[in-house]
Amino acid sequence: MAAFAVTAGPLDAPAVTALVAGPGTGAVATFVGLVREHNAGRHVLWLDYEAFAPLAIKAFEQIAQEAGDTWPEARMAIHHRTGRVAIGEASIVIAAASPHRADAFAACRYAIERVKQIAPIWKHEHFEGGEVWIEGATADPADAAARQAAVERACS
Amino acid sequence: MLVTIRLFARLRELTGTSELRRQVPDGATAGDAWRVLVGEFPALEDYTRTISCAVNADYARLTAALHDGDEVAFLPPVSGG
Repeated sequence: MAAFAVTAGPLDAPAVTALVAGPGTGAVATFVGLVREHNAGRHVLWLDYEAFAPLAIKAFEQIAQEAGDTWPEARMAIHHRTGRVAIGEASIVIAAASPHRADAFAACRYAIERVKQIAPIWKHEHFEGGEVWIEGATADPADAAARQAAVERACS
Repeated sequence: MLVTIRLFARLRELTGTSELRRQVPDGATAGDAWRVLVGEFPALEDYTRTISCAVNADYARLTAALHDGDEVAFLPPVSGG
């Protein structure tokens, strides 16, 4: 199993966690993002995720390298789902391992913030009464201010 | 020169296609290819200020020069996670 993946199948959080743990690991922080039933006052039925997969995997690799710049001992894996994802199912799993818990938590939080900023992935929300493409950040991996904001959220 | 254009999410829906090929002038940039596209699909105009792009599946600036056979992908604001 690759550390960085975009997949149409269900995500396996324990397997992603196992990818990053080694003999020197003292902590793994695993983030599991779930599809939630309510968003912005709408009753959500399901999400369809679309990705530009080859670039998304490069984005995940870049995010892990960036995390390594700030938390040199952190190791990371990121898996993102595509296609239809039902309420309660996982859309993303991020596992960050480190000798100590503080860096594992921080690197994991940093990664999800950066995924939301730069990964070429889109959610198409289907809700009671309609559908809408959710559009967040303009993806700019070179935007130093965005990267700094992610570091600050990770360390807050 | 001939370039392949990839479109995602709402850009794909607005144009009705995920991939097309278009002739652009020699020396054209990714931004020039976007303007060709907007000329053909005026509904894309609203995205001119918010898109980003990739050339041959690497992040690129809209000022990046294209070459014959390149694949340029236009990315609406992202919402992964």
